[in-house]
Amino acid sequence: MKPIHIITEVLVFSPLVGAIISGLFAKKIGPRGAHYITISYVFCAFIAACALVNLSYFGNVPSVNFTLYNWLSTGSTNFQVGFLVDRLSIMMAFIVTFISLLVHIYSIGYMKGDKGYQRFFSYVSLFTFAMLALVMANNCMQLFFGWEGVGVVSYLLIGFWFHRDSAASGSLKAFLVNRVGDFGFILGIAALLASTGSLDYNKIFLHTQSLVSHSVNILPHVSIPLIDLVCFCLFIGAMGKSAQIPLHIWLPESMEGPTPISALIHAATMVTAGIYMITRMSPLFEYAPDVLNIILFIGSSGALLLGLVGLVQNDIKKVVAYSTLSQLGYMIAATGASAYAVGMFHLVTHAFFKALLFLGAGSVIVALHHEQDMRRMGGLRHYMPVTFWTFLIGTLALTAVPPFAGFFSKDAIIEAVSLSELPCATWAIFCLNIGAFVTSLYSFRALFMTFFGETRYTGGKITESTWTICLPLFLLAIGSICSGYILAPSIFMPLDGLLSSVIYLSPDAANVANDLAIPYTVGDGVFFEAFEHLPFWLTLLGFITAYYSYIVNKDFPNIIAAKFSLFYRVLIAKFGFDTFNEWFFVKGLKRISTSCYKVGDMLLIDKILVHGSANEVLSASGFLRKFQTGYLYHYTFGMVLGLAIFILVVLYI
Amino acid sequence: MSLLIEYLVLGAVLFVISLFGLIINRKNVIALLMCIELMLLAVNTNFVAFSNYYHDLSGQIFVFFVLAVAAAESAIGLAIFVLMYRSRATVDLDAMAELKG
Amino acid sequence: MTFPLLSFLIWLPVFAAAAVLLCGSDARANLVRWFSLSISILLLAASVCVYARFDPSLATMQFSESFNWIDILKVRYSLGVDGISMPLVVLASYTHLLVVLAAWQLIKNKVKQYYAVFFLIQAAINGVFCATDAVLYFVFWEAMLIPMYLCIGIWGSENRSYAAIKFFLYTFLGSTLLLISILYMGSLANDFSIASFYSLNLSLTEQLFIFFAFFLSFGVKVPMWPVHTWLPDAHTQAPAGGSVILAALMLKVGAYGFFRFCLPIVPDANMYMAPYMIALSLLAIVYIGAVALAQTDMKRLIAYSSVAHMGFVTLGLFVIYKIFAVTHNYQDPILALEGAMVQMIAHAFGSGAMFLAFGIVYDKLHTRTISDFGGLAHKMPYFAAFFLVFALANIGLPGTSGFVGEFMVILGVYKASFWISFAAALTLIVAASYTLWMYKRVFYGPLNPSLDMPIEDVSCLEKIVLWMLVFAIFAIGLYPDFLVEPMHASINNLLMLSLKSKLLV
Repeated sequence: MKPIHIITEVLVFSPLVGAIISGLFAKKIGPRGAHYITISYVFCAFIAACALVNLSYFGNVPSVNFTLYNWLSTGSTNFQVGFLVDRLSIMMAFIVTFISLLVHIYSIGYMKGDKGYQRFFSYVSLFTFAMLALVMANNCMQLFFGWEGVGVVSYLLIGFWFHRDSAASGSLKAFLVNRVGDFGFILGIAALLASTGSLDYNKIFLHTQSLVSHSVNILPHVSIPLIDLVCFCLFIGAMGKSAQIPLHIWLPESMEGPTPISALIHAATMVTAGIYMITRMSPLFEYAPDVLNIILFIGSSGALLLGLVGLVQNDIKKVVAYSTLSQLGYMIAATGASAYAVGMFHLVTHAFFKALLFLGAGSVIVALHHEQDMRRMGGLRHYMPVTFWTFLIGTLALTAVPPFAGFFSKDAIIEAVSLSELPCATWAIFCLNIGAFVTSLYSFRALFMTFFGETRYTGGKITESTWTICLPLFLLAIGSICSGYILAPSIFMPLDGLLSSVIYLSPDAANVANDLAIPYTVGDGVFFEAFEHLPFWLTLLGFITAYYSYIVNKDFPNIIAAKFSLFYRVLIAKFGFDTFNEWFFVKGLKRISTSCYKVGDMLLIDKILVHGSANEVLSASGFLRKFQTGYLYHYTFGMVLGLAIFILVVLYI
Repeated sequence: MSLLIEYLVLGAVLFVISLFGLIINRKNVIALLMCIELMLLAVNTNFVAFSNYYHDLSGQIFVFFVLAVAAAESAIGLAIFVLMYRSRATVDLDAMAELKG
Repeated sequence: MTFPLLSFLIWLPVFAAAAVLLCGSDARANLVRWFSLSISILLLAASVCVYARFDPSLATMQFSESFNWIDILKVRYSLGVDGISMPLVVLASYTHLLVVLAAWQLIKNKVKQYYAVFFLIQAAINGVFCATDAVLYFVFWEAMLIPMYLCIGIWGSENRSYAAIKFFLYTFLGSTLLLISILYMGSLANDFSIASFYSLNLSLTEQLFIFFAFFLSFGVKVPMWPVHTWLPDAHTQAPAGGSVILAALMLKVGAYGFFRFCLPIVPDANMYMAPYMIALSLLAIVYIGAVALAQTDMKRLIAYSSVAHMGFVTLGLFVIYKIFAVTHNYQDPILALEGAMVQMIAHAFGSGAMFLAFGIVYDKLHTRTISDFGGLAHKMPYFAAFFLVFALANIGLPGTSGFVGEFMVILGVYKASFWISFAAALTLIVAASYTLWMYKRVFYGPLNPSLDMPIEDVSCLEKIVLWMLVFAIFAIGLYPDFLVEPMHASINNLLMLSLKSKLLV
C-alpha cells in the first residue's frame, strides 16, 4: 500500500470515526469530548487533504486510482469500493474538509447548550464523510452512496430540531425532492452499466464513442442518442442535489436546520455535488450538446429567477439561501457552456464567501437570540464589528467586485457563456447579466437592512460573538479575498491548468477555454478589464439602487412593490412552485393513494374478490340448507322419491 | 297357487299405506313407530307369499327373524320416546327439528 | 457417514418444541426462555457451519441426505442445499434467534406454547428450504401453516381469528393446486425428486397449467398483486414475533418456490407469462407503494411496504426472460436474478426489523394508529435512532441492506427495457415518501399529549436484538459479496435451466 492510499483513507474515514464515536458514546464523552473528538478527526482529514494538495499540485504526483475492496461481483460485473485521487477530487476534498473544519469550530459557539450537542457534531462529521466518499469515489456506485449519504444526513440535520413541525416537514421535503433527483441519477447509472458494462469512471469513459453511436428507443418510434439519455438522467440527479429549477424547492426549506449546517450544505458540500458530478462526467457531457443546452437553460434561468425571489425575502437566512440558488445557477450554466473548470472555480470561491455569509448570518442570529427577521435588525455594525466587516467582505465577493474572489469566477462564467454557441446562449447571457444586477441588489439590501440604519432590535443587549464563531469568519474572509486571485491563473491555463488533466473538452469548448485564458496569459490586465465588462456596471447599479432604497429613501421599495404589484406577488409566491407542488404532488398523491387503497385494495380485491367468493359460498349454502329441514318425514319422502326415480330410470332407460 | 299376485298387491298396498303414514303423519311418534311396523309386515307378507309360491320354507323362517327384530326395534324405539318425553314433555314430531340446517 | 446437519436443523426444533411443552406452566417461563435461547443458538451455530463448509464452486446439492420414505410411490426423504437455499437457511436461524430474544419480554402468557410454536415453524421452514423431494417439500410447506395459524390466532390482537382464517384459507387455496401439479409431474417422471422434474418434457399447455398452480401457491405467499390482501391483515394481527417470521421467512418461502420450481420446470410458460408477471411486479412496487402511503395503521403500512419490496424479487425473477430475449446473453440476466436473491434476504432485515421494532412500541403503548403517536423521539431517543436505521434500510439507502437488492435489480432490469427500470426506480421516491412520512408522524414533531406519560426507552435486551439487526443491515449493505459469492454457481446453473426451452427437444 502506497502512502497516498493511506492518506486518502485517512482523509475519507477519519470523519466517519469521529461521527461514530460522538454518536454512539455521546453520554460517556460529554459535550466537550464530542467537539474535541470530532474536530480532531476532521482536522486529521483536513491535514490529509492538505497533504494531497501538496502532492498533487506542487509535487505533480499523477492521479491515483485504487480499489479498497470488492463490494460485489456478479456475472460479468464487478462493483468495487475504491478511490480516485486526482486534482478534481483533491480540490473538492480540500474545500470540503476546510469548510467542515470551520463549521465544526463555529458550532462550538453556535450550538452551545443545545440538548443534542453530541448528536449534532456526530451528524456534521457524518455529513463530511458522506461528501468525501462522494468526491473521492472512483465509480458511480460509490458516487451514488455518497450522493444518497449526503441526502440522508442533510435530512437528519435539517430535522435536527425535530420537535418543531416546520423542521420535520422541511427535512422530509428536502429528502423527497432529493430522491426525485436520485431517481433520475440511478437511471443514468443503470444506462451506463447496461451500455458500458462497468461503473468505473475510467472504463465508462473508454466507451464514450459507443454511447454516442448507439441510440435508444424511448417510445416505439422515438429514438434518441444513448448519450443524451444518460446525460439527461445524470443531470436530473444534479438538478436534485444542486437545487436547480424545478427541484430547487428543498433548499429554502433546509433553512430549518441550525445555521452552521446551512453553511456546510450550501457552501461546500451537498449542493456542489451536482456540479462536481457534471464536471467529473465531462467526457460524457461534452458529447451531448442537446443536454448541455438544457443545462445552460435551466442553470441560467435559475440564476436570474431565484435571485429575484431573494429580493423579497425578509429572513436573513432565506436571502442567503436564494442567493445560493442563484449562484448554483451560475455554476450549472458554466458547465452547460462546457466551461467546467470555470464552474469548479466558482464553486471554490463560492464555498468561501457563501460559508462566510451563512456563518455571518448565524453570528447575527445568535447575537439577537435567534431573531432571523431583517426588519427587526439594523445598525448592527456598531455592536458586532467583526461580523460586520467579514459579512461585508463576503458581500463584496458575492457581488463580484474586483479584486474579491467572486469577481474572477463569476466574470469568467459570463464570459464563457457569451462565447458559447449553444441555442440557449442568448437567453443565458441575458439572465446572467441581469442576475449580476439582482445579486448586487439583494446582497446589499441584506447588508444595509442588517448592519446599517437605526437599531430596531429590542430583545436585549447585543454583543459580538465568541472567538469560536469569529475565528472561522476571519479565516473565510481571507479565503473570500484572495482565493480568486490565487487560483485564477492556474485554473485558466489552457494546457497545464489545474484541472485540465481531469476535464475533457471538445475542440470548440477548448477554443473557448483558450479565449478565457487570454487576460491571464498576457499579464495583470484582468482588474482593469473589469471596467470594460457589462456585469461590473450592473453590479454597481445594483449597489446604487440598494443604497437609494434602503438608506436614502426607505419608502422606495414599497412604492415599487405597489407599482408592480403583480410581479411582487409572483415573487412573494416564489413563482408558485411550492403551491403547485403542494396541490399537484402532495394532495394529488394523497388522493391517488387513498383511492388506490379504498377502491383498489379494500373494495375490488378484498370486498369483491376475497370476501365476495366467501359470500358466494355462504349464499349457496344458504340455499342448500333449506333442504335440510330436520323433519324425518321429509327425508323419508326424499328417499322414496329418489328410489322411485332410480327404479324408473333403471327400468325404462 | 294363483293367489301370488293378490298377496303381492296386498303387500304393496300395506307398504304404501305405511309409507304415506310416515310421510303425512306429523304429530305422533307412536304412530310413526306403528307405520314402520306395518311396513315390516308388508315385507313379511311378501316373504310368506313367495315362500308359498316356491315351496321354500326359508322365506317363512325369515319372517320370524323380521318379527323378532321388529319387536326389538319397537321396544328400543318406545324406550327412546319415553326418554324423549321425559326430557321434553312432548312426542310431537314437529318439535323435533334439531337437524334443521 | 458425516453428521446429518440438515436433518439436525429440521428435527432439533421439533424435539425442542416437545421439550418446551413438557417444561410446565408459565411459572417456569424463565426456564423455557433459557432453554429456547440455547437451542436457538445451537441452530444458528449449525447453520453457520453449513455456510462455512459450503463449497461455493459447486452448483449441485450439498450436505445431501436421502432415505426411502414411501417406497411404493418412490417418495424419498431427501435433503440438500445449494447456493439458493443455503443463505436462506442461515437467514432462518438468525431470524429465529431474534424472535426468541424479542419474545423474552414481549410474551408473558402461554410462554411455552409460544416458543414451541416458533420451533415448529422453524422446523417446517428449514424443511422447505432443504427438501429436494417434491412431496417432502409439500409436507413441510403445509406443516408451516399450522403453527403460524396458531400463532396469529392465539397471540394476535383484537381481530385475530379473522386474520388467522384469512391467512390459512388464502395460502391453502394455492397449496392444493401445488399438490395436484406435483402429483401430475410425479406421475410423469415416475419419481418425486425435484431434480427429475427439471428434465420433464412438458408441452406448453401443460406448462401453463402448472405455471398457474405455481403462481397461485407461490404468488400468494410472496405475495404478489392481486393476491396480497391476506398479508396486511395477518401482519396487523400477528404478534411481533409472528410478523417478523412472516415477513422475514414466510414470504421468502414463496419466492424460493419460484426459484426452485417455477423457473426451471416451466421455462416456456414463464417466457410466455413473463410480461404479465413483470407488470404485476411493477404494480406491486408502484401501486402498493401508493397504497402504503394511505395507511393510517402503522403495522399495515409496514406490511404494504413489505409487499412492495417483494415486488423486486418477482421482478428480478421474471425479467430474466425479457433480458434474455433482448440480449441473448446468459451473463446479462445474472445481475437481476442475484439481485432478487439479495433482495429476499435484505427484505428480511428491512421489513422484519421494522416489525420487530414496532412490536416493542406496541407493547408499551398498545396502539397502532399513526395519529396516536407524534414526537416519540422525545420519549424514546434510542429507539428512534434504531428505528431510523431500519427506516433507512427500508427505503434502500446505500450502505444498508435494502439498497443492494434494489440497486442490482434496477440496474439489471435496464437491459430489458428503460421503462421497466424507470417504473422500478420509482420506488426510490415512493418508498421514501411513505416510510419517512410515517417516521415523521410517529417520531418527529411536538410530543403528542396522549404520550405525555413515563415511557421507558429500549431495555438492554431489546438493545441486543436491535443491534443484531443493525449489524445485519450494515453487513449486507457494506459487503454484500459474502452473501452473493456462494450463489454464483447455483444461479448460473438455474439460469441455464430456466432459459432453455423445453419445447424444442
